[in-house]
Amino acid sequence: MTVQVSRRLRTIGVAVATSAAVVAALSACSSSPSSSSSGAAPASSASSGGGGTYTFWDPYPQYNASSAWAKLIATCGTQAGVTIKRTGYDTTALVSQSLLAAQQGKSPNILLVDNPVVSTLAKAGALTTTAQNGLSTGSIAQNILGAGVIDGKTYGVPIGANTLALYYNPKILSAAGVDPASITSWATLTAALAKVKATGKTGITFSGINTEEGSFQFLPWFWGSGANLTDIGSPQAVAALTLWTTWLKDGYAPNSVIQDTQTTAWQEFQTGNVAFAENGTWQKAGAATMGAKVIPIPAQNGGAAPVPTGGEFFTIPVQKDTSTYATTAKIVQCLSSTSNIVTTDNTLNYVAPTQAGQQAQVSADSTLQTWVTAVGVAKARTGDNLGTKYPLISQQLWTAMQKAESGAATPAAALAAAQTAAAAAINK
Amino acid sequence: MTTDGSGARSAERPRPWAAHAARGRGQHARRRPSRHRGQWAAWGFIVPVVAYLAAFYAYPLYRNIDLSVRSYTVASFVSGDAPFAGFANYASVFRSATFAPALINTTLFVFVSIAFQFAIGLALAVFFQRKFPLSSFLRALFLIPWLLPLLVSASTWSWMLNSDSGVVNALLHAFGVAHVNWLTSPNWSLASVLIANIWIGIPFNLVIMYSGLQSIPADVFEAAAIDGASGWQRFWRITFPLLRPVSAITLLLGFIYTLKVFDIIWIMTRGGPATSSTTLAIWAYQFGFGSLLPDFSSAAAVGNVLIVIALLFALVYIRVRSRLEES
Repeated sequence: MTVQVSRRLRTIGVAVATSAAVVAALSACSSSPSSSSSGAAPASSASSGGGGTYTFWDPYPQYNASSAWAKLIATCGTQAGVTIKRTGYDTTALVSQSLLAAQQGKSPNILLVDNPVVSTLAKAGALTTTAQNGLSTGSIAQNILGAGVIDGKTYGVPIGANTLALYYNPKILSAAGVDPASITSWATLTAALAKVKATGKTGITFSGINTEEGSFQFLPWFWGSGANLTDIGSPQAVAALTLWTTWLKDGYAPNSVIQDTQTTAWQEFQTGNVAFAENGTWQKAGAATMGAKVIPIPAQNGGAAPVPTGGEFFTIPVQKDTSTYATTAKIVQCLSSTSNIVTTDNTLNYVAPTQAGQQAQVSADSTLQTWVTAVGVAKARTGDNLGTKYPLISQQLWTAMQKAESGAATPAAALAAAQTAAAAAINK
Repeated sequence: MTTDGSGARSAERPRPWAAHAARGRGQHARRRPSRHRGQWAAWGFIVPVVAYLAAFYAYPLYRNIDLSVRSYTVASFVSGDAPFAGFANYASVFRSATFAPALINTTLFVFVSIAFQFAIGLALAVFFQRKFPLSSFLRALFLIPWLLPLLVSASTWSWMLNSDSGVVNALLHAFGVAHVNWLTSPNWSLASVLIANIWIGIPFNLVIMYSGLQSIPADVFEAAAIDGASGWQRFWRITFPLLRPVSAITLLLGFIYTLKVFDIIWIMTRGGPATSSTTLAIWAYQFGFGSLLPDFSSAAAVGNVLIVIALLFALVYIRVRSRLEES
């Protein structure tokens, strides 16, 4: 190839490249700028109401695209005039996922998240209040709504609530001569456990693991002694922890409770060798299969102990395009309308958050009455204006539980150290 | 190499300075572009690697250091305007009551793991040196702990070590030994995760030491046998010294890997009860993802402490290897 030819080819090549660049630049400039940053999929302007894709994150990876839950979401989306792209995440991963998404400005339009996490996300500035997004909360029971209320502002609406109670195996109790109706306080419960042990069976299983599940399971006994989460070193708190450690020492509870999750503790109960299991609403189907019944967890001196609420909240994260809030609120109202929420809560084994929903559930299944009563006296863990102080307290609480359960420290010493550490963490 | 007369000699050997000048003039004119082209080519080969290292090593390291020198709350994590905190996060990590147990547990975990893994791996490698029927099949079976997903190994060990229904306690009971709370007692939790980790790490050491043994020439052993060396002397005087380079790299890789071990401990005991089996890796995870209120700054600080420790090990290895190469 001669020098002239190669030079000409080079010139042509440069010209082609430059014109291509100019064309690309012009087309980029002329296209309409993307309207919002809602989620990974391209969004639309909601004000037109003419379609678009909204993203929905929930902690139910067990429900795939063909499940009733996914179909309900799609229906509510169509009614609001949009398509919903739903992703199910593991519930523990959802905290960091949501924070990262908020940092990148790519939060989903609707985020269904576990109730103690709502205060964390609200503090991060990732969620909108009901004043901003227009959700109505009038008919929702106040104690269930409590986890979403921070500093007087409401950041979400509950999908439903579950809580803890004491399941028992009627065969073991009748063989040991224990009447379940007589269990109304800690003393009567411990006496019943002694009688069960005398027949050779294990008394009670629960989860005393060093995660949030452990704190969740300890709270009914903690609150039942009259203790408050603002002072986990109080004598009442020590009494509650001593109850557990005494059960362990006397052999009424198996040693494995120290590392059992609620699921593993339930599996031990299902073997048929354990009289009592402290577990939640979500096991009621399994309990019915094995013939187990349920009583409320007793407080120290009589009555039902306050129990913590479980269950997720619908939240609407902050978006760059604020016009999407109206449609998003419409979708959430659809999902939490009485008929829809009763269907959802029956699938999830939750109690409905509104009185109308609860009445509908009980009229369809009268065994739910115990649970509705239990949820009626339940408290949110992040309530009492604890908010983001709760995770710091909870972490110290489960550490103290582990130390006492394993015998590394006495309950009093463990809880005193925990209170000091919690106070230090809160004031950091 | 005879020469015939000065004329022929000068024809054979042109005068050096003239040749040099001729070389210089011609090649000098050609060498400048070729040297540059060579340099550009060299840079061209390095750029992809440098880009990869910058994106996947340097940038995350910079972000981690940034996380640890600013105090991030969840709010400032989302908005990105965390205040500069200097050494404060590290100070609070060092002053924390969990720091000493975590550091001691990490040291114990790493050194005891490596000692046993290496010793047993080496012993097995020496054992397998002698070929016997089914030896290669048996050697392949020994690889299974390494090949199993960690979740499977850790869950199975958890079941086996369960206090009430585990098979290990059942065996001990059959021999009349007292019941041990493997995973739930603060005295035994670290030992339990150590046992599981040693079991998982033996195949790696076995494989590498075995291939190291293969590379030792057989005539060295024959000579030693002729000189009347016993098996034990042969091992200590010949095998072990000749394996030093392979041992050094195995130990280094083992140290750095064991320093980061997380899955086994998390699944078996979650670092509990209390802090009895918490290592630095577990502690960093607990800060970042183990509670409902993540504390990314402290997690990054503990992570950086781990990186510094691993770096120290690597420096020790480089010093040892250069000394080995000198000898």
